[in-house]
Amino acid sequence: MSMIAENKKEFISRLSKTSISIPEELKSLAEATLENTDLPTTRNEHWKYTRVAKLSKIDFKNSTGNVQNIEDFIIDPTKATFVFVNGHYSTELSSTEIPEGVTVELLSDSGMTSSIIKNEGEVFNALNTTHLIDGASITIANKAQVETPIQVIHILDGNEQLSNFKTVINAGAFSKANIVEGFFASEGSEKSFANVTAEIKVGANAFLTIDKVQFENEASFHISTEQVEQDKDSTFTINTITLNGGLVRNNLNVDVIGENCTTHLNGAYILKGKQHVDNHSIMDHKVPNCESHELYKGVMDENSTAVFNGKVYVRKDAQKINAFQSNRNVLLSDNAAVNSKPELEIYADDVKCSHGSTTGQLDDDAIFYLRARGLSRRAATQLLVSAFITEVIDHIENENVRAFTFDLLKKRYGWDVTPEDFH
Amino acid sequence: MIKINNLHANIEGKEILKGLNLEVKAGEIHAIMGPNGAGKSTLASVLAGREEYEVTEGSVDFDGADLLEMDTEDRAREGLFLAFQYPVEIPGVSNVNFLRTAINETREHKKEDPISAKDFMAMVREKSALVELDPKLASRSVNEGFSGGEKKRNEIFQMAMLNPKLAILDETDSGLDIDALRIVANGVNTLKSDKNATIVITHYQRLLDYIIPDFVHVLYDGKIVKTGTKELALELEEKGYDWIKAELAN
Repeated sequence: MSMIAENKKEFISRLSKTSISIPEELKSLAEATLENTDLPTTRNEHWKYTRVAKLSKIDFKNSTGNVQNIEDFIIDPTKATFVFVNGHYSTELSSTEIPEGVTVELLSDSGMTSSIIKNEGEVFNALNTTHLIDGASITIANKAQVETPIQVIHILDGNEQLSNFKTVINAGAFSKANIVEGFFASEGSEKSFANVTAEIKVGANAFLTIDKVQFENEASFHISTEQVEQDKDSTFTINTITLNGGLVRNNLNVDVIGENCTTHLNGAYILKGKQHVDNHSIMDHKVPNCESHELYKGVMDENSTAVFNGKVYVRKDAQKINAFQSNRNVLLSDNAAVNSKPELEIYADDVKCSHGSTTGQLDDDAIFYLRARGLSRRAATQLLVSAFITEVIDHIENENVRAFTFDLLKKRYGWDVTPEDFH
Repeated sequence: MIKINNLHANIEGKEILKGLNLEVKAGEIHAIMGPNGAGKSTLASVLAGREEYEVTEGSVDFDGADLLEMDTEDRAREGLFLAFQYPVEIPGVSNVNFLRTAINETREHKKEDPISAKDFMAMVREKSALVELDPKLASRSVNEGFSGGEKKRNEIFQMAMLNPKLAILDETDSGLDIDALRIVANGVNTLKSDKNATIVITHYQRLLDYIIPDFVHVLYDGKIVKTGTKELALELEEKGYDWIKAELAN
């Protein structure tokens, strides 16, 4: 066994195993994985650009934290807001006016009966299973048209905390709902780690939109895996906005198992300092007559690094698929970097697929033009960068999420942009 | 208004301006004509502060201040405006949004309050009408998908919004049909006052039928080699530049 694997056992040695009821078979598979699998190194193709070895050097613990005020973390004013601190549900911080047609349960109450998350060979998923603290299970009843967004807020609080947290979302047939997820860290929280999984089932003809905002801090770690299953005639949208976090890895896997589905994967990441943000997505078209649109855009400043790896599968006999993928990046500094790898694997012959990746700097001619009209270099840069990223943010239908995102951009980057400016 | 004295400028080590002198007073319109490669657009770029150009000698006094010491944006805020020969397309940035930022940064520079939304929109309506620019175009992305004529009218629209002391029109007439030319010229003439000045850089005499210059200069090989009145432009149109070259050779 390698050093890292031994370190790995060390880094979770102070944590207790989950108390949540999980099927025995699943639990033992996860335990075996955790026992037998090393933390990935950059020799592993899927982790080529993202180093996680430093996680093994931290002596993680887990406590309920001490968060008093969540004013800064409220993305949407909805009264259906479920707040978790280091994975623990907080009754005091949550408000539970759940709209009709929606059921929200804590996993610590409901337990888990099955899972679509892959545990085998996936050490972070396995760790999430074996050491799961808690999570929210959100069920949208068949035909429920839910106007009020359901909001789940997770806060890392304190130093060297490891939170294994999970959401389970079941959108019933013909339902429509918007789930807002926010991942934050308390001020001064150091070296804490959110290890998150989400299982999302989109029923037949359902419309489900998830808006995910990541704003932890430069000393935090975040690794998440979202496993999505789309049944026939459904529309699934996820908007992933990553604005702060030391090391962030998002694994987004969408399996389309029913025909006539539409999928939108939008992502925006705006990084500075030494941030490292890695978006891995797998869009898997298993059946015919579906479409998917993937747009990820990033702006990297200072010493930050971004990784984009987007894979689109079109399986054999999955004809008449329209799958589009685009990743565009702007580098604002000579020390910023991006590794972008779009991939298509097509086994059907009657499909329309495209992918593209661009990385560049801002257009000098455009900056000069704006300065020649009286804008400072800073204002010109901000305007161009905002216009670039707004293309993604515009896809977010929830106005509160959009406004919150622009607020964060102002707070962290000094961008004074109001959404109306771009409409 | 502006006094250019013995201006020398290089790009990538090649000297383009070789001792250019020009003085423009408030209330005046000056035309600068000259053959290709004479340095007309270089002059416009150097005055606007394009960083690729290196000024090696000479001075430019702009209303009592040293223009060459100022950043591009400060030149603009002090009232220098360049209508670009090739206006840049900027996807995603709306014309009005960037103009509001430009106006407010200029006002801040002059320690004035920002313009109110109401006044700004009224100004957009008024000034876009002046150059017959569809107000919808005014709020679209800067120059994106605009026709050649629309781009040039958009330059004059921006000029009207920013109300500069000195406007430099760099080949604003090239590529315009006669209707667009009239509209552009009408805009420039309407904005003219005894407090501002205009430098018109052009290839063609035609524009000067619509914007009547007080002086016409010939720029050749990096210097102003001849100055006259609007009749000089007609002579150049008729006889080309060879006679000037011949005059210089003697």
